[in-house]
Amino acid sequence: MALAFDEFGRPFIILREQDQKTRLRGIDAQKANIAAGKAVARILRSSLGPKGMDKMLQGPDGDVTITNDGATILEQMDVDNQIAKLMVELSRSQDYEIGDGTTGVVVMAGALLEQAERQLDRGIHPIRVAEGYEMASRVAVEHLERISQKFEFDVNNFEPLVQTCMTTLSSKIVNRCKRSLAEIAVKAVLAVADLERRDVNLDLIKIEGKVGGNLEDTELIYGILVDKDMSHPQMPKQIEDAHIAILTCPFEPPKPKTKHKVDIDTVEKFETLRKQEQQYFDEMVQKCKDVGATLVICQWGFDDEANHLLMHRNLPAVRWVGGVELELIAIATGGRIVPRFQELTPEKLGKAGMVREKSFGTTKERMLYIEHCANSKAVTIFIRGGNKMMIEETKRSIHDALCVARNLIRNKSIVYGGGAAEIACSLAVDAAADKYPGVEQYAIRAFAEALDSVPMALAENSGLQPIETLSAVKSQQLKENIPFYGIDCNDVGTNDMREQNVFETLIGKQQQILLATQVVKMILKIDDVISNSEY
Amino acid sequence: MAPPPTDLVDQLRHEIDEEAPLPAIVLPPASGSLSNSAASVVNTVEEEEGDNETDEEASDDDSDKGPTFIRSLGAWSKPLHFTPPPTLPEPATPRFGVTEMLQKKRIGSEIEIKNHPTETQGSPKIYFVHFYYSTTSLDTSSSPFQRRISDLGDLRHRAALSRLPILSMPIDKIFKDDASEEKGERARMASFIGAMAVADLVKSTLGPKGMDKILQSTGRGHSVTVTNDGATILKSLHIDNPAAKVLVDISKVQDDEVGDGTTSVVVLAGELLREAEKLVTSKIHPMTIIAGYRMAAECARDALLKRVIDNKENAEKFRSDLMKIAMTTLCSKILSQDKEHFAEMAVDAVFRLKGSTNLEAIQIIKKPGGSLRDSFLDEGFILDKKIGIGQPKRIENAKILVANTAMDTDKVKIYGARVRVDSMTKVAQIEGAEKEKMKDKVNKILAHGINCFVNRQLIYNFPEELFADAGVLAIEHADFEGIERLGLVTGGEIASTFDNPESVKLGHCKLIEEIMIGEDKLIHFSGVEMGQACSIVLRGASHHVLDEAERSLHDALCVLSQTVNDSRVLLGGGWPEMVMAKEVDELARKTAGKKSHAIEAFSRALVAIPTTIADNAGLDSAELVAQLRAEHHTEGCNAGIDVISGAVGDMEERGIYEAFKVKQAVLLSATEAAEMILRVDEIITCAPRRREDRM
Repeated sequence: MALAFDEFGRPFIILREQDQKTRLRGIDAQKANIAAGKAVARILRSSLGPKGMDKMLQGPDGDVTITNDGATILEQMDVDNQIAKLMVELSRSQDYEIGDGTTGVVVMAGALLEQAERQLDRGIHPIRVAEGYEMASRVAVEHLERISQKFEFDVNNFEPLVQTCMTTLSSKIVNRCKRSLAEIAVKAVLAVADLERRDVNLDLIKIEGKVGGNLEDTELIYGILVDKDMSHPQMPKQIEDAHIAILTCPFEPPKPKTKHKVDIDTVEKFETLRKQEQQYFDEMVQKCKDVGATLVICQWGFDDEANHLLMHRNLPAVRWVGGVELELIAIATGGRIVPRFQELTPEKLGKAGMVREKSFGTTKERMLYIEHCANSKAVTIFIRGGNKMMIEETKRSIHDALCVARNLIRNKSIVYGGGAAEIACSLAVDAAADKYPGVEQYAIRAFAEALDSVPMALAENSGLQPIETLSAVKSQQLKENIPFYGIDCNDVGTNDMREQNVFETLIGKQQQILLATQVVKMILKIDDVISNSEY
Repeated sequence: MAPPPTDLVDQLRHEIDEEAPLPAIVLPPASGSLSNSAASVVNTVEEEEGDNETDEEASDDDSDKGPTFIRSLGAWSKPLHFTPPPTLPEPATPRFGVTEMLQKKRIGSEIEIKNHPTETQGSPKIYFVHFYYSTTSLDTSSSPFQRRISDLGDLRHRAALSRLPILSMPIDKIFKDDASEEKGERARMASFIGAMAVADLVKSTLGPKGMDKILQSTGRGHSVTVTNDGATILKSLHIDNPAAKVLVDISKVQDDEVGDGTTSVVVLAGELLREAEKLVTSKIHPMTIIAGYRMAAECARDALLKRVIDNKENAEKFRSDLMKIAMTTLCSKILSQDKEHFAEMAVDAVFRLKGSTNLEAIQIIKKPGGSLRDSFLDEGFILDKKIGIGQPKRIENAKILVANTAMDTDKVKIYGARVRVDSMTKVAQIEGAEKEKMKDKVNKILAHGINCFVNRQLIYNFPEELFADAGVLAIEHADFEGIERLGLVTGGEIASTFDNPESVKLGHCKLIEEIMIGEDKLIHFSGVEMGQACSIVLRGASHHVLDEAERSLHDALCVLSQTVNDSRVLLGGGWPEMVMAKEVDELARKTAGKKSHAIEAFSRALVAIPTTIADNAGLDSAELVAQLRAEHHTEGCNAGIDVISGAVGDMEERGIYEAFKVKQAVLLSATEAAEMILRVDEIITCAPRRREDRM
């Protein structure tokens, strides 16, 4: 390891406990990192596209997840390698930013790394490769912009949106009923979208799941679904025209934050305390009643006595509602969250046309539907499915579809999927390469080749001959100068992605290329890895 | 004199390689998910590194012992072993086509990930295959024993490929310690086998002549359960194989959702996977199989929908339908001897619910003693409690207050309150005040004009005495469900405050009395106002019998309550499967392309259910199923397997009916689960969470 000596010949110790550390330098470090990055990409490669396979992940507690969502796979993979962790981050940031294409971005990065390795073998300096990639990515992103198409939709004609969401859903296990799920997703997004500002707050869409039933029973509820039931079994199960008091204070004797003691030393004090206690509950319930509430939703628990009083005064109540749900209810019903009983006023009550309890299956499971809210800008997607893993996977798929719909509302540009965009970019980058003098030219060509790997993986996963298919499509694109030809994954019989209605969002694709390039550049720039050699 | 760093590193590494014993590969990652499953299942592939000869000897010893019994599983384990050819089967020079090249490259890189330095030395490996097969399974002939071996041949071949020297950089492994990854064929094999093993485990319990299983818990007391309820069996298994967990999960959901068919769903999913495995070995891509299965499931469902019988309009007929369904459900259970009796009970109970699916309202009380036939449904309500001493044992025209309030020491609930006194007299005073408070409370309760008081919480001696003085029957510590049911039955509200007696709704019943069942005294409320809840008293020889009887009855109640809501019914006895199989077969003939193989396989899987039912009854399944198939060739046939007489018979005449909802749920969730497992091409297992408290 690195040893340095002072003028008397004594060694400096630069790294603490350096004999326990391993170190990789120079080209070795880059190659090791590339190999690690590639290994991660290889895991995801087979999950790409509509015919992609799933991964089964067994968590540390033995829980099983089955998914083909790139971000989820990587997140749960228990990765230890630093570079592999970078790839995980990459997928996650795509998930945060775009929500879809999390697998594609990793496959892309893996392909870039693979190409970079070849360039390194040729003796090209990693920095030059990185720079070449940078230029190429700029070319690709610009080209994407050029080939992108605007497409028109509005609240009444959301068919194009549904088509795009279907592309996203077709790669998931839920593709059996992608049409209905896509419609649900689009309707949900349109319900909460602010079309003026072209913005969608996805927090307003709650995704709730319950095992049982079929996937076909999945529904969109214009309102809120709370996995709770009425606090007293004999409260009414259905309330029309509800005025909802949303409370964050418990129906319990007050607990001041400061530490205190109430000393009881005489009988009188005992008596007064007892009286006061009863009064508390009475007042609490009275206050709710006074402002005209017909339903109380509370974040905290109820004392038995308070519970009965509520029941007695015919004031249905729900307890232990989570903070997020509470907020959603407040948004949906136009109410305000009230932290103290004293602050309850009639204006702060939320309004809902219908609140009802619904029970499921043979076990005592009930849920509370809050519908026809004053402000319908909060919706719930309620997923049913055969088993827990199915529900979880459906949740993830719906999330992806929601993100896609949101992205389209933000930016109406689309590019064609099925690898068509990648192939078009690859052609553009390849053509641009010749214009750059210098070593970068090779890196740019390598980039073009890496772009090909996405359609290649698609073809491979669909059981087609990857090289044959890709070259055929590529030549078709070049010959006819039309960037709509992609891989025919579903065996429909045409390469024209316009006919197949396979769209992806422009920003999603651009982001994929940019993020992948960034990470690859970062990995290429590492030339020294020092790690504890415990294994 | 700074030495060239890389050389030093290399040198160091060499030293490490030579001196330090390599980290013994105890559990190769590839088999991690299965091999540490002591209780679960199935088939483990272990690779052992190191000295060839000694290992071989050891393995010889192993195989000499023959099958060993694994108690936790109740199954036999038999090690097989293989020795690979001493030479590498593939030359190092590539002579593959493009796809094979890709494959090879991929395998090579698997090794990179695992980074076992010795992998490159090319020493032969020995494979142990532990194949556990359930002794209870009658269907050993179809156990994929032979096939498994050929799979392993393939595996071995691939593994040998992977031992080619790899000329790339050593990289740090990607996963954390103990985390493991299985890919492609191996992953698929692991999940297929896991799922099939689970299906085989419960297979023998299917049908009216299915056998039971004894489950012994590993917890304290080693309590024993005897059951043939699929969900109960699977719930109690400790399973490590992820695919097997999927099956356990669907069975659980089936139980929650419709209550019955918990075994069928697992068996069907297992059969679907077994068929899928055959297709995969004949090189049909899983995605094609899934597409075929989907079409088939859709078609099967339509076939059922075409043939459903709906008697919702005709109340008389509907009731007889329900009776038949209940009898069909019960005939596979321990209650089959007295199925008419129990079916009657279940139907009555469900009709009392008036369309609600809240089975909590039906209370099942188990009292050992007597025989199963002595069980009865009580119109009123029975509370498993005793009447306090000195209180009336019989009350007519009872007014009941159902309460949930503290009757022990009614604490001051204001936070931080405590008693601090400076003399004994004051203690006495406060004690007096407390008593006074309780007395007040009791008085308030009495002010309701009641003669029966039922509380969820404890009632201490003092208030009990007060109640006794007032001639009020006080029942303490009825559990929460008991209270809720009592509320439902008597129509009273559950009260916690007693300040306004005029507005509290009291419960009413004609008569409260103490009754004896066996040796226990219970409180019986009869002549109740609202008949929503009711009690079923089960009598039987032992706790195990009672437990099983309760489960069976619960299944029947679940199915009935679901059928009340969805009144469509089907014939039973393998009839629906044959109807579906016939339609699916027809679809297969019409479908072009590879999918048709999968569709055909689906129909075979469907037929496996009547086959299993017949097998379990000790009948000639091949003969019967063939006969059945021939019968079903004619349109509108009602033929099914009549297990009792052991022949094919008209199911409508025999009165064997099943609920459509159950069959549909079985079909759909089994297909869904099979699809899910088929789609998996890689299993990544995280390291088990370390437990701190373990030794």
